[in-house]
Amino acid sequence: MNKKSKIFNSNILYTFIAILIGFLVGAILLLAIGNDPVVAYSKLFSSVFSKPKYIVYSIVYASPLILTGLSVAFSFRTGVFNIGAEGQFVVGSLAACLCGIFLKLPAPLHVLVCVLAAAAAGIVWGAIVGFLKIKRGINEVLSYIMFNWIAFYLSNYVVNLKSVHRDGGGEATKNILESARMTAPKDIIKLTGCSDANWGIILAVVAALAIWFIMNKTTLGFQLRSVGYSKTAAEYAGISSNKIFLISMSISGALAGLGGAVQTLGMGERISQFATQEQYGFQGITVALIGSSHPIGCIFAGLFYGAMKYGGSKLTMVNVPQEVVNIIMGTIIIFVAITHVFKSLLTKNKGGQNE
Amino acid sequence: MAKNSNIDKSQVVIQMKDIVKKFGSFTANDHINLTVHKGEVHAILGENGAGKSTLMNVLYGLLTPTSGTIEINGQQVDIDSPDKAISLGIGMVHQHFMLVEPFTVTENIILGKEPVKGIVVDKKEARRQILELSEKYNLKVDPDAKIEDISVGMQQRVEILKVLYRGANILILDEPTASLTPQEITELMDIIKNLTADGKSVILITHKLKEIKFAADNCTIIRKGKYIDTVDVEETSEDDLAAMMVGRKVNFKVEKKEQEPGDLVLEVKNLHAKDYRGVEILKGLNLKVRKGEIVGLAGVDGNGQSQLIEIITGLSKAVSGEVIMSGENVVNKPPKYMFEKGITSIPEDRQKHGLVLDFSVAENLILQNFGKAPFSKHGILQKDKIMQHATKMIEKFDIRPVGCENRLAGHLSGGNQQKVIIAREVTNDAELLIAFNPTRGLDVGAIEFVHKYLVQQRNKNRAILLVSFELDEIMGLSDRIDVIFDGKIVGSVDGKDADENTLGYMMAGGKNE
Repeated sequence: MNKKSKIFNSNILYTFIAILIGFLVGAILLLAIGNDPVVAYSKLFSSVFSKPKYIVYSIVYASPLILTGLSVAFSFRTGVFNIGAEGQFVVGSLAACLCGIFLKLPAPLHVLVCVLAAAAAGIVWGAIVGFLKIKRGINEVLSYIMFNWIAFYLSNYVVNLKSVHRDGGGEATKNILESARMTAPKDIIKLTGCSDANWGIILAVVAALAIWFIMNKTTLGFQLRSVGYSKTAAEYAGISSNKIFLISMSISGALAGLGGAVQTLGMGERISQFATQEQYGFQGITVALIGSSHPIGCIFAGLFYGAMKYGGSKLTMVNVPQEVVNIIMGTIIIFVAITHVFKSLLTKNKGGQNE
Repeated sequence: MAKNSNIDKSQVVIQMKDIVKKFGSFTANDHINLTVHKGEVHAILGENGAGKSTLMNVLYGLLTPTSGTIEINGQQVDIDSPDKAISLGIGMVHQHFMLVEPFTVTENIILGKEPVKGIVVDKKEARRQILELSEKYNLKVDPDAKIEDISVGMQQRVEILKVLYRGANILILDEPTASLTPQEITELMDIIKNLTADGKSVILITHKLKEIKFAADNCTIIRKGKYIDTVDVEETSEDDLAAMMVGRKVNFKVEKKEQEPGDLVLEVKNLHAKDYRGVEILKGLNLKVRKGEIVGLAGVDGNGQSQLIEIITGLSKAVSGEVIMSGENVVNKPPKYMFEKGITSIPEDRQKHGLVLDFSVAENLILQNFGKAPFSKHGILQKDKIMQHATKMIEKFDIRPVGCENRLAGHLSGGNQQKVIIAREVTNDAELLIAFNPTRGLDVGAIEFVHKYLVQQRNKNRAILLVSFELDEIMGLSDRIDVIFDGKIVGSVDGKDADENTLGYMMAGGKNE
């Protein structure tokens, strides 16, 4: 255990270096286009930390990202690349939204049903791809990407159904019922001044802890990890890799679906017609990479991304293009990837001591 | 054995003096000396984990020594990278080949040092140079074949060519025979002779004593990181070499008491199967294994052994035929079913099938039994029990280093990896134990251990099916020997009456003569 935590620590170190380089590259680009990086970064910082309200907003932004990040990280651990978190997120939010509009249930129960519906939708979306993989041998990356677009147009179709579409202006669904909202208690909203404060973060943290527990403490996790590390050895030992892939892709789908529920029930209240993909799923890949595919790492990576997204949206106030945030995040990913290659080279060298 | 040695004692090409390499508190090389002459084949002998690879990695610039000096052709040098080593004429052929599978032989050899015409790679010139080298040293390769399509033996020749193409005068061969067939080994020995005849020096890292006796001029023995001695091979017996390597006398002969085999455990009837290309590879194979006997399956690699074992363990499917285990036909059932029916195996490829290399030793030890008491309760793993089990197994099977419960299996040496697998497979009280090349790549100490264990299991009345490409192993252990050729059993002899010539003849497909 000691050794494992050491490896994890060193991951954190490398990740911090990557983040630092990301900001450096961002600063150089800002200079190049005639902006003062000090002004930009202090704005970014103050937009997140100067008021409790801002901090809470950053957390609200982070919650769905933690869940999609967990979804991707979980799939990585079992040897699958869930690039379909985007689609699972969309069907999850759609399921939550429809249950929120049409079901009439008492408050806490209504939320629970919506959340479960979202998870179920995500499971279905992930499991279909899983079935195609194990029954027909179709590479999951291809079907995941196709299912992202199927989810995209399905959602737009449903949004425009007469019974779902809102009356009056706006290309969106009706609002979900008050009983289905995940909003935090009034006192918290009043105290923090963040009208979108919601329970999403609790759900995300609980999900992360649950995933950590499943992966490390259960026989299911043992099988998931063994298939992820070595499909051949796992099969030799009698573990059915097909079954494990299906389970893993379903759980991964459920997590992304939960992300959709948190976004819709906590903040959105409704779903708008999409012009482009929402990106929550793809940003989940970033979160998973920054979080070293570790469930707890995903919490912090998600919080970081959430803060960057929220703070970034304020950059236009000092005439800095908010796209700089995307550049920083992209650079971080590149350097996280590079440092991991670097590290694997280093650890390989260390392995020589056994010979 | 008469040896036409090409050694030129007047020219020292490598002089490593007092090499020390430490990893933290662990000393992998403790004041090691090595002298290699021009045209010499110098063997480096040591158990797995003795420090042979570390020493060679120091010479090849992959590791920097903590202290000590290296002289190449009389010049003191600082080898800080493989590039530097290559420029000094040192080339290394690793045990696990470093080839790009979808590339052709030519592309692999020139990779990183391509002859160019303008800005494009001059493939014609490359091809010409390779053919020239290949002819000169009798290294037969097809320059246009893809690596993934050629045999292991040819892949190795490609590796040697790669090194020669870069102008190496000193070749380090790391366990070169580990994955070769007997015939390919003979070819390799000829190649080594051709190389030394041309004034090149060869360092042979191995723990196969026979090959050292056959090919090497001198031998340096390393034990637990320490320099033991450098001896003239011709004047030293195999027994002495083994004793120096292990530090005690090694028993090559396996003591085996007479024993009548009991009830039939496994019967394979008229088994037909195809390989992944759809070519028929098993053509009506019949086989019987009884309680308390070791049945040895002798044969050259590629005659259907892998498919047979994959079918018996449930990894691949048969076209027709029966696999009867304790009276029940279990053919084409999944691996888990086979395992529960009492079939366990020491797989052919221990890194691919035997172990999850990124799992700890403790986790690997419960790879099949993780779902059973006491290792889990209601789907929750019981860490204490798993660790206790690991500690017990590590002690019982002498898995090193001591206290490696949490060490990743991939960080153990080959012999210790094999011990982990054996510890797992034999403690399952299965009726049938299949051992597929169980000592491949292991040193004599570990081989002795494995052999003793197999015989002990036989004496405990277990049925054992031993598949091996090492004829000595088959003959030393088996109560009965079946010879497999071209997907069928072509002959069966009693273990006591077996002689190498008859078996070798049958293995090559000869039947009556």
